[in-house]
Amino acid sequence: MTDHELTVNGPTAQKSADEGGSRQYLSFFLGGQEYATDILRVQEIKGWDTVTRVPYSPNYILGVINLRGAIVPVVDPRVRFALEKAPFDSATVVIVVRVAGARGERIVGLVVDAVSDVYSFSDEDIRPPPDAVGSVDQMFVLGLAKLEDKLLIVLDIERLIISSVLGDSKAA
Amino acid sequence: MSIDQEMEEILQLFFEESFEGLDTMESGLLTLDGGANRETINTIFRAAHSIKGGAGTFGFMEISGFTHSVETLLDEMRNGSRGVTPDALQVLLQAVDVIREMVQSAQAKRPIVMVGAAALSSELLRILAQKGAPANSAPAGAVPNAEAAAGAPAALGDPPASGLPKSDKPDGAVGTAVDGTPPVGTLEGWRIVFEPDSSLFKTCNDPMRIFDELANLGPLEVEVNTAKLPHFGELDPTQCFLSWTLLLRCAAEHARVAEVFDWVDANSKIVYEPIYGAAVPAGVPSRPIAELAPAGGPRPMTAAEVPAAQASAPKSGGESGSLRVATEKVDALINLVGELVITQSMLGRFAEKYEPQDIESLRRSLAQLTRNTRELQESVLQIRMLPIGFSFNRFPRLVHDLSRKLGKKVDLKLSGENTELDKTVLEKISDPLVHLVRNALDHGLESPEARLAAGKSDTGTLELNAFHEGGSIVIEVKDDGAGLNKERILAKARERGLVDADAQLSDDNIYNLIFVAGFSTADTISDVSGRGVGMDVVRRNINDLGGHVQILSAPGRGSTIRIRLPLTLAILEGQMLRVGKEIYVASLVSIIETVQSKREDLSCVAGRTELFKHRSDFLPIIRLYDLFGIEPDSRDITDGLLVVLEAEGRRVAMLVDELLAQQQVVIKSLETNFKQVPGLAGATIHGDGTVALILDVPGLVRTFLERQSMQVGRAA
Repeated sequence: MTDHELTVNGPTAQKSADEGGSRQYLSFFLGGQEYATDILRVQEIKGWDTVTRVPYSPNYILGVINLRGAIVPVVDPRVRFALEKAPFDSATVVIVVRVAGARGERIVGLVVDAVSDVYSFSDEDIRPPPDAVGSVDQMFVLGLAKLEDKLLIVLDIERLIISSVLGDSKAA
Repeated sequence: MSIDQEMEEILQLFFEESFEGLDTMESGLLTLDGGANRETINTIFRAAHSIKGGAGTFGFMEISGFTHSVETLLDEMRNGSRGVTPDALQVLLQAVDVIREMVQSAQAKRPIVMVGAAALSSELLRILAQKGAPANSAPAGAVPNAEAAAGAPAALGDPPASGLPKSDKPDGAVGTAVDGTPPVGTLEGWRIVFEPDSSLFKTCNDPMRIFDELANLGPLEVEVNTAKLPHFGELDPTQCFLSWTLLLRCAAEHARVAEVFDWVDANSKIVYEPIYGAAVPAGVPSRPIAELAPAGGPRPMTAAEVPAAQASAPKSGGESGSLRVATEKVDALINLVGELVITQSMLGRFAEKYEPQDIESLRRSLAQLTRNTRELQESVLQIRMLPIGFSFNRFPRLVHDLSRKLGKKVDLKLSGENTELDKTVLEKISDPLVHLVRNALDHGLESPEARLAAGKSDTGTLELNAFHEGGSIVIEVKDDGAGLNKERILAKARERGLVDADAQLSDDNIYNLIFVAGFSTADTISDVSGRGVGMDVVRRNINDLGGHVQILSAPGRGSTIRIRLPLTLAILEGQMLRVGKEIYVASLVSIIETVQSKREDLSCVAGRTELFKHRSDFLPIIRLYDLFGIEPDSRDITDGLLVVLEAEGRRVAMLVDELLAQQQVVIKSLETNFKQVPGLAGATIHGDGTVALILDVPGLVRTFLERQSMQVGRAA
């Protein structure tokens, strides 16, 4: 795990922080709550389309989609975080993110209820998450960002994906 | 792009060309076996010459030096001053091996091991010296003998030329100046008169460099002759008017000295005059080649080890990096892209201004686009296609060597060498083919005596045949030997407990037993084959490529091993299968047939394993919905279809709801962004853009049988 963190959070994160101190975050909704993730990880956002289920996969992996010829797995964070599942509708989108794994860069899709906005804030604006106990998703939260009128949960998206998609393949 | 990188690329090109050249030499030499042919000798000579030249350019002096002596021998054969003897050919064939080994070492950036070369070059020198010797002087005769004696034990355990008839060739024409001069003492140095053609500079030769190179060999005295220098006003600086007399004090052999002048064109006059001391020859002259072997270098390889090392070498060589494509293929691609551009502009027109009546021409343009795309796809795949001849080419040599060793007479027939298949498939099929050919030679074909006794010609025939058949390539290895002995295979299998004593097996099932790991009916184990390792590997390799093996055999008339492979690994001839709402693709090659089952054909063993009676066999039934957790249309076997699949010699029946279309699918990796999934070989993309998963039939069968045995184990 620490290996992954180094590759993921190390150089790239450092670089973007150096460029003026504040970073851009993409926010999106999951089960009524607004989350945010480092926008540099996001490759594109695409509309929801049918996925092909893959046997022997955990339930939070919905399946695979065709992204311009590449076979890309789609993770449903709502299932992963045991959130209430919103219906798949016209607002449902797939955020396509790039993650550096042990075997090179991978592309993974993340289903969210809707994308919301792009915010800029610096690392100091992110406060450590409260020590809420027992929450499964605690390990995927980098911190909380408080803006004028709302609270964003900043997700460690790499960690989420690595544990969801790559975790199981370690043995392989 | 740094210069280093570019250099590396050029270097790789040299290696590839050298290997090709060596293949040319080898096949040429093997044809010469049947009788001398001037054109063939020329071809071999040219190949040797360009290897020598290239090696010299890149500073592989060991290679160019050794190749030079090979070339000298070939040159004499070429100009007719020497006959083509079987022994000389044998030495040349070995020389090809040695050069190949050297090039491989160079490619792998290993120090070039000269053990084989040293022994062989003394052999070569001996052959070369033979014709200068006869009447003249005793010392001349003594040199080669001493050399042979000193050189032979050093390496190859079995110097093939030991039984060479001495000087059976009459003294021929004098090839080079040195050959005509009988040595009268130890070689002390060379006097070289170098009168270059006036165009020397234009051919990019710098005399200073040549002299530097010579000075590396030993102390050099240079005397320049300026007699031809014109008046200053008439001097053309691009022309060379100088000539030199060089005195090289070093006992380097002629080849080594002449090599320095390799790149000087033929119009220049170079005279080499050896300088001899007073003493009688003291044995082997020093050979720089031999000295280059690393001091603590590996022990000499024995004759048996050499082929083994060669067989394993290409794998580590990483030779699959680049692809040489015929120009026509690239031109075809360019043409297609041109057509595509035209179609695109036709379609683009509709976007600007669309009238309803244009629908017809829009359709036409789309149809054209479809055709262009398909043709483009085919052409791109064509680029990866290579003729199987690349793999077949090594067999004449293999069969030549092996039949000698086994004392069998074999006539090798190759056909369909131009049949093309994917480069990756080609590379992976080569080793299994070698194995099958060795097996056929060792086990299949009988000895000449046994053949005569059986009323056959004493020369056996081994055929390698390749052809296309319905989207796959079929490769046959066919011998007219004794055929497989069913009784003996069965007896061996029973003895080893592979088959129940009372089991009734079909011919196919019996033949398939030879693919079981560790199975061998050979009474004696030779170093050729008989250890029972290999056939299982052969089958596994072929299955990994998505193909399968079939054995046909008739007692006394021979056996045929038929390998069926997909043409490419990128595209699969697929059968779409539907289970519930999900669609899977199975490789068409693995499907034997599809049947609607009847109740009476189904049975249940131990309440768990369901069996389907298919012809005379009972096949275990795989319920795909169960394995993959799908909600099917029906769980009743008689409602669905049973697809009979074959993998690794085992057959199973897989229950699906419906058969859909057959179509070619492009295989995409699941692993790139996701992971390997048991039972799946990859994914592909439907016409509507959704993803369909491709079944890994062998994996599926394996997973299923493992689960079965686990369940049985748990139940017990």
